[in-house]
Amino acid sequence: MNEVELLNWARGPGLAYATVFMVFGLTLRVLEILSLGRPKEYAKVRSSGVKEGFRTIIRRNLPEKHCWKYITATYIFHVGLFVVIFFFIPHTQLFKDVFGVFWDGWPNYIIDFFTILSIATMMYVLIQRRVNPARRILSRPSDYFVWLVTFLPLVTGYMAFHRIGPDYTLMLAMHILSVELLMVMLPVTKLVHAVTFAMARYYNGSNAGRKGVKV
Amino acid sequence: MTTSLEQGINTLKRVIDAPIASYFSSCTGCGICSSACIFFTETGDPKYTPIRRVEPMRRIWEQEYTVIGKLKKLIGLAKEVTEQDLKDNVELAFESCTTCGRCSMVCPIGNDIVYMIRRMREGLTAAGLAPKELQAAAVRTMETGSVMGFPMKTLEAMVKAAEEETGIEINIDKPDVDYLLLLSSAEVMQFNEIISSLAKIFKEAGVTWTFSSKAHEAGNPGMHMGASEIEAMMINRIVEAAEELNIKKVISPECGHAYMAIRWEGPNVIGRPYPFEVYHIIEVLDELRAQGKLHTRASSGTVPMTFHDPCQAARRGGVNEPQRNLLNMMSSNFKEMNDSMACNWCCGGGGGMNTIEKAEPLVRKVFHRKRQQIEELDVNIVVTMCATCRNTLEEGVEDNGMDVTVLGLTEVVANHLLKENES
Ligand code: SF4
Ligand code: SF4
Repeated sequence: MNEVELLNWARGPGLAYATVFMVFGLTLRVLEILSLGRPKEYAKVRSSGVKEGFRTIIRRNLPEKHCWKYITATYIFHVGLFVVIFFFIPHTQLFKDVFGVFWDGWPNYIIDFFTILSIATMMYVLIQRRVNPARRILSRPSDYFVWLVTFLPLVTGYMAFHRIGPDYTLMLAMHILSVELLMVMLPVTKLVHAVTFAMARYYNGSNAGRKGVKV
Repeated sequence: MTTSLEQGINTLKRVIDAPIASYFSSCTGCGICSSACIFFTETGDPKYTPIRRVEPMRRIWEQEYTVIGKLKKLIGLAKEVTEQDLKDNVELAFESCTTCGRCSMVCPIGNDIVYMIRRMREGLTAAGLAPKELQAAAVRTMETGSVMGFPMKTLEAMVKAAEEETGIEINIDKPDVDYLLLLSSAEVMQFNEIISSLAKIFKEAGVTWTFSSKAHEAGNPGMHMGASEIEAMMINRIVEAAEELNIKKVISPECGHAYMAIRWEGPNVIGRPYPFEVYHIIEVLDELRAQGKLHTRASSGTVPMTFHDPCQAARRGGVNEPQRNLLNMMSSNFKEMNDSMACNWCCGGGGGMNTIEKAEPLVRKVFHRKRQQIEELDVNIVVTMCATCRNTLEEGVEDNGMDVTVLGLTEVVANHLLKENES
């Protein structure tokens, strides 16, 4: 298989397999959670908790005021990833082709800025995993793998766009393949938090909301 | 597998629900929860990172309730939970956690970590690993109806004394009155002025109330232990008492965990809604205030004071405004602590910790945070609404040689009213 064939496989069947796996896997993970059910609430509640649940989904996007110092880097790379994934013009084109929805992409220099920012903050976060005592004690080997799987698409994407590396076609293929790896890993690793965080926040917010507390 | 291990594991399997599964699925291991936990911030020891306290439960969740975990188990990659794992967890779930729930406020993912810690306690208790002090308290409560073992006779004597002091008749087992009043053990033992205080306040407000000889205390060690049958047994006594006396409103004392047990967990552990409503005493007083039945001038005091929000009543129980309404009514110089209400720092003694002998040095050490919060404000009066907090604060204040008086809010209200009437 040469570079062109590899790129074609990655763009075609590779992407299809990864998407199917991801969608199937994520659905399964969500069902795994839902199937466990929630105990019935017999206490006289102050509110149904539904509104508060949704409120927490939004509210926790901003950290508690004391937590900024632990979370700023992580925060930046999440924002960076979001921008790069959804506003890089070739990506918006892809979403248009696949889902038929289109929104304007952002100029390349902005995307470049966010890419470099994300790469830098991710490296800082990796160091923190070793340095911050609480984070270190919680870290398992898979966490480093998950970090790498998230890091690769950024680096390969940057290299492909700037024509760094041996061959553009190969680099682009690598980029797409690394994204597919990320997609496949999403449901089977901690990366699943990209979806289940909303459930966690909802449950916390609604349990507290029933008691009249906003979290 | 020994029977106790099996019981522990079965209980953990049983208590894992959708919220817990969503929390474990989502945790990224960022460690930020540690920054909210007094046991981490005051010691710097990462072993106290909140989410670590439920690690055995996480493994059970993964192995039992996820496809990936089951596959791992199949090929021998899963680390099963052992008796030693559970034993090692006792320190983290019972002896260095007040179940204050502050960690649940900061997790960026949104995990309600303390919700899991409480369930973890259930598993440990089922495995026969609950700290002996909590077990003893549970036995005392089952036998005498009182956490510290004061039988109804003790309360009767105090009621008599309060009647003599105030000249007001205090009811025991009187049906069809407005409220059934429950106390905490600490109130019976140390802070019993609350009985005459309330007698006066209620008389003034024209409220009728009674004690019940069937259920005089609301303290519930079953809750701290995570022993739902014991918790239910104590709740049922109160439910029966209120039903027999045909009372529609039950008052939980100034005790955070009692409020949590009777107000929020009670109906769930007995599996049916109550035929009555439950209020924290401070909610009742605030309602009387709103109805104009507490006869006071506004803001007559200027003595600076602050308030310590008990975790179980405020952050976990939702009683945040009433205490402020009352304090602002009484003092024009009420100062909020930095981090208050739902984000307040725990006193360090709740969740059963101040009864656990082994935990004592830690309880003393972490008081540092509360000390800092109080000293920043330059006040000499700290008011609270939980007897356990009050005890812990008093000990901490004494331990640190601070010039601070700790008061219960009900007592403060009563004294204030009294002064008003004299003037
Ligand atoms: S803060 Fe939340 S996501 Fe981070 S380690 Fe603690 S529980 Fe996990
Ligand atoms: S409940 Fe409170 S004491 Fe326990 S882990 Fe959470 S923050 Fe720490």
